[in-house]
Amino acid sequence: MSRYSIWFATPALIVTCALVACTGGNDADMPAAAARSAPIGGATGMELAESQVLRWGNGSEPQSLDPHGATGSPSSNIQRDLFEGLVNEAPNGDLEPGAAASWDISDDGVVYTFHLRPDARWSNGDPVTAEDWVFSLRRSLDPATLSQYTFIMSPIVNADAVAAGELPTSELGVRAIDDYTLEITLHSPTPYFLGLLTHSATYAVHRPSVEAHGNQFTRAGNLVSNGAFMLEDWVVQSHIKLVRNLEYWDNATTTLDEVWFYVTEDQSAELRRYRADELDITYTVPKRQVAWIDENISDEKAFAPYLATYYYGFNVTRPPFKDNPQLRRALSLAVDREIITGQVTAAGEVPAYGWVPPVNGYVGQQMPEAAWTQEERNTEARRLYAEAGYSGDNPLRTEIMYNTQEDHRRIALAVAAMWKQVLGVEAQILNQEWKVFLDTRRQMVDTQVFRSGWIGDYNDANTFAELLVTGGGINNSGYSNADYDALVRQAARESDLGARAGLLQDAEVILLEDMPIMPIYFYVTSRLKKPWVGGYEPNIMDHHRSKNFYILKH
Amino acid sequence: MLRYTLRRVLGAIPTLLILIALAFFMIRLAPGGPFDAERALLPEIEANLRATYHLDEPLPMQFARYLGGLVRGDFGPSFQYRDYTVTELIMTGFPVSLRIGLGAMVVALLFGVSVGSLAALRQNSRTDYTVMAMSMTGISIPNFVMAPILILIFAVYLGWLPAGGLGDGAIRNLILPVVSLALPQIAYIARLTRGSMIEVLRSPFIRTAKAQGLPQAKILLRHALKPALLPIVSYLGPATAAVITGSVVIEQIFGVPGLGRFFVQGALNRDYTLVMGVVVFYGVLIVFANLLVDLAYAWLDPKVKYA
Repeated sequence: MSRYSIWFATPALIVTCALVACTGGNDADMPAAAARSAPIGGATGMELAESQVLRWGNGSEPQSLDPHGATGSPSSNIQRDLFEGLVNEAPNGDLEPGAAASWDISDDGVVYTFHLRPDARWSNGDPVTAEDWVFSLRRSLDPATLSQYTFIMSPIVNADAVAAGELPTSELGVRAIDDYTLEITLHSPTPYFLGLLTHSATYAVHRPSVEAHGNQFTRAGNLVSNGAFMLEDWVVQSHIKLVRNLEYWDNATTTLDEVWFYVTEDQSAELRRYRADELDITYTVPKRQVAWIDENISDEKAFAPYLATYYYGFNVTRPPFKDNPQLRRALSLAVDREIITGQVTAAGEVPAYGWVPPVNGYVGQQMPEAAWTQEERNTEARRLYAEAGYSGDNPLRTEIMYNTQEDHRRIALAVAAMWKQVLGVEAQILNQEWKVFLDTRRQMVDTQVFRSGWIGDYNDANTFAELLVTGGGINNSGYSNADYDALVRQAARESDLGARAGLLQDAEVILLEDMPIMPIYFYVTSRLKKPWVGGYEPNIMDHHRSKNFYILKH
Repeated sequence: MLRYTLRRVLGAIPTLLILIALAFFMIRLAPGGPFDAERALLPEIEANLRATYHLDEPLPMQFARYLGGLVRGDFGPSFQYRDYTVTELIMTGFPVSLRIGLGAMVVALLFGVSVGSLAALRQNSRTDYTVMAMSMTGISIPNFVMAPILILIFAVYLGWLPAGGLGDGAIRNLILPVVSLALPQIAYIARLTRGSMIEVLRSPFIRTAKAQGLPQAKILLRHALKPALLPIVSYLGPATAAVITGSVVIEQIFGVPGLGRFFVQGALNRDYTLVMGVVVFYGVLIVFANLLVDLAYAWLDPKVKYA
């Protein structure tokens, strides 16, 4: 029988041989991580690699490359390389001139005059003019553009009315004085306005290509942009490849020739691709792998404070949390945040005793008990819990709801256990898929305690303060305090920076007394970065421009 | 045969209509909508978005509009990936899925039939037990466990193959996804082949052939293989479905831009048109795959005739 068995085994053999043949000979262009030997950066440590290619893990597929249509950091990370706003962010996050070489601000703080760079060019060689900016800012607010970030430009005269379709776009407070001078008029002084101009909603798009290609103007081959890089290739759900924009005004100081953004939805898969040297920087890391990373590649960690707060909200529109600040404060005090950041999340998160993360020109407020020991907090929590009418015989029964994800589940379990241990609270934990969760949370009917988080849109305390005003965009607690609202509104009109910060700080104090939300920790960004990647600097917004990066010899 | 084929194609229309209707209304029943985000949109912006995508119309009207589009071959715009239409997304994703899916089927058939036959020829030998034990393992280990193990071995430790992505579409990028997808199918097909081959080898017409003194190679190839393949062919229908659903997982793990990922992301994002597009497209594909299987039957089995 053996002759026939060989015949049947033949196809299997052929395929096996083909597999082996395919894998052979590839060792040269794909070295295993272990095979590396040469010192990074050559003899001087600063020698550049011949191939200047940077490969980013970039999370989900970008929703759009139209700067006025996109939402989410995967999109904005790429747009930051393709486009350049009037104002740029330096690697450390400080503001610096971008497409505008300089600007003047009127004494009353409402008229901004931008002096554009005469040598700024679109990637096809056209000059970038003030008219381009007028067209773009109008387009960004035009209801037909379907932008979801119109509130970014809200300080500009008539911006809200234009976005709502009540006024024509020509009524927007933006005009071109001459080819290279742009004037933007605000309805009231807005100290953080320059920071808003780094947001993609305020980028300029190339009018002729937008008009010629409609919503296909972002395709490779169609997209004309004014940033340090331009679009070469876009394979949906796989990668986006950018190449150096030779027309860029500051091209002489760009080091990289190519920048690749890979779609890395699955965090574990991203880590494997990073370990196989297919990515130079990851988007994030799986939380459960942090211990492994600490042990094996701790020098590749690029973990840094992030402008974001992880918190639990209480639904204050219904019992048991309605009109019950003692109970809300009791629950908040009974949570040992050091244990959560030290044992559960463990990537260097900062325990949060206030709502606003560390941010420019603002002194973050803390609940008065922040300086106490956890034991003292627990005692106070028990006192407040009893004051709210609960006891061992009559415990609070409640539910913690979170969106389905392992990290959230572990935190919810820890919080429920702490409540049980300190106060005797019977808390159940429940999870829902993301979109279902958003819906449930917004309705404020079935929720009691819910998980939430907020990443600041711009580097100013207002991006947090404005969220919890009555009817605010993420006020899923149903919180409404007239004093809080008044202070936040007043701050928006205050031109004196110190006085403004004072108002927002007073608002935060009120918030922490009312405790409609219970801050747990301030986020960190958790990227991994290969030792040959140069130019990375951590910053609180986690905004990076590939222009500042370079690849060392390795 | 032609009339049979025509009748089957016409008969597929109501099936597809039911599929479309179910998918259309069920995805809209799921809580949450395409424009829900952490931060609620300004009401006028949300209203504007809903009007642009006709989500403000009554459901029956939306359904009629969708069917009208389908008749013209238009799957509509993607809600999530605004720069693309659903048709464009399917056209970019399908060739990738097709390469991986077809590759997996070919590998599964070659390996499955070979080792299955080998086991049958050497029934109750050590080879047989090894093959069957390995195929049992192949069936039991789900591909979302197998794939990361293969990546760790071949990409991370050995550095022979890429850990993910499609690269420039080279074969080396396809090997691990194809193998991970094929492994459970190889196991199934090997077991099916073994069983059916053993049965065929024992049947009287094979004994007759042997008695007539035909060379054994000829007996095996000319007489035994064709009837032994019948169960495999009927398994090809379910196998296609299994490869399609398996590719959803595999594409996610390997970061391969196929249709399966569009489906998963579409469902998570409530990208109604994208989910519908993939469902309709795969629905049509499976209906036709089954038709092909039935036609192949007539060719393989003289007892089956379609009038």
